[in-house]
Amino acid sequence: MNKAALILALVAAPALAEPDAHALERLVKQDCGSCHGLTLKGGLGPDIRAQALAHYEAAALQAVILDGVPGTPMPPWRPLLTDEEAAWIAEYLLDGDRE
Amino acid sequence: MSLTPRFLAGAAPAAIRANAPGRLDQEGTPSLCLPGGSPHLRRLLTAAALVLCGALATGAQAQATGDLGLVVERASGSLLVVDQSERARLGRIEGLGDLSHASLVYSPDARFAYVFGRDGGLTQVDILERRIVARVMQAGNSIGGAISDDGRYVAVSNYEPGGVRVFDAATLEMVADIPTGGKTIGLVDIPGTRFVFSLWDAGETWIADLSGATPQITKITGMGRNPYDALVTGDGRTYIAGLFGEDHLTALDLWQDSPEPQPILPGYAHGREGLPVYKMPHLEGWALAGTDFVLPAMGQHEVLWVDARSLEESGRTSVHGQPVFAMARPDGRHVWVNFAHPRNDTIQVIDTLTKKVIHQFKPGPGVLHMEFTPRGHEVWLSVRDAGKVMIYDTETFEKLREIEAESPSGIFFTARAHKTGL
Repeated sequence: MNKAALILALVAAPALAEPDAHALERLVKQDCGSCHGLTLKGGLGPDIRAQALAHYEAAALQAVILDGVPGTPMPPWRPLLTDEEAAWIAEYLLDGDRE
Repeated sequence: MSLTPRFLAGAAPAAIRANAPGRLDQEGTPSLCLPGGSPHLRRLLTAAALVLCGALATGAQAQATGDLGLVVERASGSLLVVDQSERARLGRIEGLGDLSHASLVYSPDARFAYVFGRDGGLTQVDILERRIVARVMQAGNSIGGAISDDGRYVAVSNYEPGGVRVFDAATLEMVADIPTGGKTIGLVDIPGTRFVFSLWDAGETWIADLSGATPQITKITGMGRNPYDALVTGDGRTYIAGLFGEDHLTALDLWQDSPEPQPILPGYAHGREGLPVYKMPHLEGWALAGTDFVLPAMGQHEVLWVDARSLEESGRTSVHGQPVFAMARPDGRHVWVNFAHPRNDTIQVIDTLTKKVIHQFKPGPGVLHMEFTPRGHEVWLSVRDAGKVMIYDTETFEKLREIEAESPSGIFFTARAHKTGL
């Protein structure tokens, strides 16, 4: 039991310190993609490609991700994401050069 | 843009028809059986061709499609052709574009499928020859479709431009354009060569009757705020729209001359905090379990039961997470439920008589869809992140087989060809 807990702690530690880019990129495509489309060009939710989000500051976008948009289907992701992970996603979405 | 629906004279979107080598269903004699050259050689070739054609007619051409199906591979834009009886994959059809959230319907003879891609692509595939027959880019952003009861028309529900477009099933030429001015969801077929769909922004449901020379549209207002999906019962009578913006669902009795919106399950979440919904539930035509409809709640970790005759609430079942699909086994005895992120690795099975969870298991990460065999003895699950379709016995819950697939999502057996509202 203790051993298992230790292994878990060791495995989890780096993820807490630094967002797991691979896992977050997957989350953006698959789970944000549920509403915004796999290519993020929009679905029931709006287009969230870089040009569509250009008017957002990264911090504002991070807040939308963490707290959602009340009255719309955009849910708060705070129960599932850390501040650092939400910041990573905001930067990722705003990066127009990414392909 | 005019909001008046119209039949179109020609094909507005460019239809690209693939070559159809050796089609046996049109001329009777396939082109590959026409010999040439010297009279002697021609006789020999004719004899050989007759033997060959005879073999084809009783061999490959006799292949039945009744237990076949298609699995959507969402990331690679391909379809797996599968055999439900053999629990096997037979082949792959590629080149269908963006298939995230794709769905499909079957022609009445269950040979062709019409695939609705997220990118607005409408593709007709031949599941026997395992190839694309025709493909049109009919809109920029789409969300599912339906085929009319007579098999003549395929309708597609579009987000952008918002509305429904109707195509000739034989040619994929557009025959009617029904702009709605906003995102259109919950498109189903009902008897009488009619389609029913709802408007996310306007909270309306429209009935499009294509049985005559021009489409007739009936608009029903006051369905409620932000309908996000809908289902119709197998008899085509009851249309139920799920609402994002209200604490109830809305039903329509389509047997009435002027259907009136009837709120059902009013206030089902009243006084309770709405839980975050990381994936919208799906309403689909497999909802009748015994004498009740079973429906996923929105923002509550519950499955809701409604008496099919009175439309009064008949029970609630607490479940593991936000339900996505709550699907009755075809006999209605059990209901299988899958869940939204982050609990999408789990399935729960509910007993219809007791309304209690009788079985729970974790097939793997990202269980996106379930499809029962037509009489319900087995169920196929797509487990996206495991890259597998998993097949289970629905009585013993024993896993019978795994089939490799690339990010599988929707699974569709050809038995759907003969059901209203799927």
